[in-house]
Amino acid sequence: MNILDRYHAMEYGPAPESRAEADAWLAAHDFSKALFIDGKWRKASGGATFATHEPATGKLLANVAEANNADVDAAVAAARRALPKWRATSGYQRARVLYAIARAMQRHSRLFAVLESLDNGKPIRESRDIDVPLAIRHFIHHAGWAQSLEKEFPVEQGVGVCGQIIPWNFPLLMLAWKVAPALATGCTIVLKPAEFTPLTSILFAEICEKAGVPRGVVNIVQGGPETGAAIVNHPGIDKIAFTGSSEVGKIIRKATAGSGKKLSLELGGKSAFIVFEDADLDSAVEGLVDGIWFNQGQVCCAGSRLLVQEGIAEAFLARVRARMAKLRLGDPLDKNTDIGPLVDRTQLDRVRSLIAEGERQGASCWRPEADVPATGWYHLPVLAANVAPANVLAQEEVFGPVLAAMTFRDHAEAVELANNTRYGLAASVWSENVNVALHVAPQLKAGVVWINATNMFDAACGFGGYRESGFGREGGREGLREYLAPIVKPKPGRIEPFPFAKASEEAVQDFIDRTPKLFIGGKQVRPDSGYSFPVPDRKGNQIGEVGLGSRKDIRDAVSAARAAKGWAGATAYNRAQVLYFLAENLSVRADEFGARISALTGASGRVAQAEVDASVERIFAAAGMADKFEGRVHQPPSRAVTLALHEPVGVLGVVAPDQQPLLGLVTMIAPALAMGNAVVAVPSARHALIATDLYQVFETSDLPAGAVNIVTGKPSELAAVLARHDDVDGLWIVADAETCRIAEAESAGNLKRVWTSQGYAVDWNSEQGSLETFLSKAVEVKNVWVPYGD
Amino acid sequence: MSSIPSKSAGASVHPLPVAAANPSPEIPRNPGVALDLGWLEEIRHVNRSALERRAATITKRRSIKGDNQAAWLLRATSLMDLTTLNSDDTDDRVRRLCAKAINPLREDLRKGLDLGDELIHPAAVCVYHPFVATAVKALEGSGVHVAAVSTAFPHGLAPLSSRLEEIRASVADGADEIDIVIRRGLVLGGHWQELYDEVRQFREACGEAHLKVILGTGDLTTLRNVMLASMVAMMAGADFIKTSTGKESVNATLPVGLVMTRAIRAYEERTGYKIGFKPAGGISSAKAALDWLILIREELGRRWLEPDLFRFGASSLLTDIERQLEHHVTGRYSAAYRHAMA
Repeated sequence: MNILDRYHAMEYGPAPESRAEADAWLAAHDFSKALFIDGKWRKASGGATFATHEPATGKLLANVAEANNADVDAAVAAARRALPKWRATSGYQRARVLYAIARAMQRHSRLFAVLESLDNGKPIRESRDIDVPLAIRHFIHHAGWAQSLEKEFPVEQGVGVCGQIIPWNFPLLMLAWKVAPALATGCTIVLKPAEFTPLTSILFAEICEKAGVPRGVVNIVQGGPETGAAIVNHPGIDKIAFTGSSEVGKIIRKATAGSGKKLSLELGGKSAFIVFEDADLDSAVEGLVDGIWFNQGQVCCAGSRLLVQEGIAEAFLARVRARMAKLRLGDPLDKNTDIGPLVDRTQLDRVRSLIAEGERQGASCWRPEADVPATGWYHLPVLAANVAPANVLAQEEVFGPVLAAMTFRDHAEAVELANNTRYGLAASVWSENVNVALHVAPQLKAGVVWINATNMFDAACGFGGYRESGFGREGGREGLREYLAPIVKPKPGRIEPFPFAKASEEAVQDFIDRTPKLFIGGKQVRPDSGYSFPVPDRKGNQIGEVGLGSRKDIRDAVSAARAAKGWAGATAYNRAQVLYFLAENLSVRADEFGARISALTGASGRVAQAEVDASVERIFAAAGMADKFEGRVHQPPSRAVTLALHEPVGVLGVVAPDQQPLLGLVTMIAPALAMGNAVVAVPSARHALIATDLYQVFETSDLPAGAVNIVTGKPSELAAVLARHDDVDGLWIVADAETCRIAEAESAGNLKRVWTSQGYAVDWNSEQGSLETFLSKAVEVKNVWVPYGD
Repeated sequence: MSSIPSKSAGASVHPLPVAAANPSPEIPRNPGVALDLGWLEEIRHVNRSALERRAATITKRRSIKGDNQAAWLLRATSLMDLTTLNSDDTDDRVRRLCAKAINPLREDLRKGLDLGDELIHPAAVCVYHPFVATAVKALEGSGVHVAAVSTAFPHGLAPLSSRLEEIRASVADGADEIDIVIRRGLVLGGHWQELYDEVRQFREACGEAHLKVILGTGDLTTLRNVMLASMVAMMAGADFIKTSTGKESVNATLPVGLVMTRAIRAYEERTGYKIGFKPAGGISSAKAALDWLILIREELGRRWLEPDLFRFGASSLLTDIERQLEHHVTGRYSAAYRHAMA
């Protein structure tokens, strides 16, 4: 074809990025020594390797050392040894290391990009313009956190040795999201990249060697699920950070239950892409290209569910199809490629089978007529129409270039459809009407919402999910918290479960004819079981009988809490006034509560009175913070503001301890209420009468029905019921170790946010038991990106 | 991991389709439609941030290398309105420009590029009214069109009668393309009917000559105004819509181009008529020209890369293209003075 032919054809032709440097880098390495442990390159102790291939061709790229348990042990030991010194290194010194890493990555940015595209199959445009620059930005951003850590978080420090497991879809970027905050907070690291994509992590380890990262601070072990399991189950690790599928996330949640490991999970999604009739439709189409056809759709926050308003649906889908026809499949290193191959044959098979199943269930799938390369794991972009909400393509994360389209009639239905999913990672809202967009965004159950945009990321803006998309955030202040723990460990006292006794035969002194009940939906109700249990006074004499709540009472209480939508919707000022009133009403009855505490716990009158006073003060303080524990406004490096909103977690279960029974209970309930959560509380069984007295105060304090519910009974049993209840969004438990462990394990069902005291008592006058501690647990941070300009 | 085919020859690349025998059958001329204010309401949703992101990535999604790049630069040459619009223009200056238009490339470059007998030259020269006759004479038989800027270019603020008279005078002198300017104030004030009526009359005054409507986008402040003004111009019978006079402080930008191409697409969807597009002002490098061609190729398609549907308004672009073509032929970077000036 001569130039004149080309002049007439006006086609693009291939424009390949050179792979020469990457090939030279590959040729120069012995990847059987690819384990980076304690600053040295090692073979796997078992000598095993695994192969990594080029998804575009199927060609072998490298045989990489596969770490076994012994290698993970060595890596954890190295990280543990390196921890004290690295933690003690000044924030300024750590900042310099992070900065040096970032600059070194910049100097080798093209090699990173080419290796990433070779190993993962993503188009070079994406690795070059998105993945690598964002990764670099993450290190530079966190250099600042390293230096300011002591001032910003005076009572916390790095949590310790972090086990980090990352996926294959953004190998380098996910590494950066994990490594940067860990280094900034003085943690040490054992990181396992995905076995499909080990290469850029190896280049990164080489950069660490040169950038002054002390040996043992960053350890990178290669391998598959077994290597990952060895990390998850390793007793020498203080925190697990995982990005990957919800399925594996749940396994990790169960595996770490009761271990005391801090945990953050960034999992799957089925994110809604909502187009209102007043949207810039052409721009929304481009948003979809950046949403679902970015990285072949292998993106956890991909806008895979298109919700489009009925009136414009036909016109919009026509534009989507026209745009899809222009997408080019091809060599990832070709600068004209929009869509590369999927990462592996297994992924291609999965996508194909999900589409087939979706079609079987009634979806009509459209694909453009486009050239598909002869080799490699390519899949055409797909638009699935006639997708019912129950269709597998609307429910399951495909992790491929498949868009499922549905229509909606009005705002309310759009929100309902968007939230009709177990996931809650991201959402995209398209409307030129700021009133619509900012009305809808807070109603979406998603950790990230983009207004008239999609897939925008920045190190300053937290990223992470609601619901089964995981918990914890990456990036920003909230992301840093995932790597912090209190410097001063409280002196723990073990909690022993309350031995439920048979009712005493003897008549009890002071046994007045009162029947404490459960408090559900604003009403006093008898327990479903029809049973009661005796509660003793300080001398062990029976002082009363309290309803024995069961799973059905928890069920009713959760329903009542879920129905109490008015509380979350109330203004913070309104919630504050209710809480102030609650404090006022409790203080009126201070003497009575003091006497009750003395009688139940044996505390002296002075100590008991101090607990009541502290409780009143704490509710007062929570009231004061209701309109002050606010989000932030981030300024990412683009013309946009990102609103980090504090939203209530939702329905919160609270299991309160025997120690300081009133103060403990209100320290958990009051901040939960202040931030708009509805609470199902299981009070101390031993001192249950405190709680049954307290609901009388609730009744007189203008709390809407269902905002607080109290179910007395066996905490161990009821905690497990709450943990198993999939309409409970969060669970805080101060109880014996076994109760805590079971709750953590059972919470894996819906990945509710669980905090437990790990079997230890909490000093409600310490930092650990402070209002602030629970305020931060009482909110989800939702980052709403609002680009602007006219 | 799954088994991998052992034999493979690298990721395959896109096959290059052979050019159609006649890629550009003549298109029917846009007669215009009645002013439709309801339609304007429908298309007013223009999101600047999203448009800017698309404009910033569109040229990163496509890359043109090697022989293709040379071919695309030749294409850019053929789509050029070689322009001189200075207050010190003279007949001789215009004659020089015409000579360059007739013979834009050095003979050794033409040979090196293997162009054979194919005539590749700018589509038109674009001048002020006093030089129309000169240009018509100089370009006689060359196939290069003569475009006149008109209607009180660049501001458009003369009486309507004299603006109409200016068009008629240029047409009488032989201009077959008329680049008119709109009164930007009509857009800023939302006086769509008045804008429509004026452009309609300009179109009538043009007769057979083609009408290019310059929006002066740098003065219109918002991309929404660009979208609305584009649509009104097309409704009123524009053959082309054009970004700028070259005299505004902000000239042709890719986001503006993106809005205007989307307007053109919407107009074709509704009416079936293809409207031409002419970015002008500040496009002086071969790289910038390629970016614009990519934008048009992606947003409007191959058919638009013909002189009846796309033009660059440019004065110094040709020199940079010549330098790049010389580099393509010789492998040596070139200097501007090695190419004949206009």
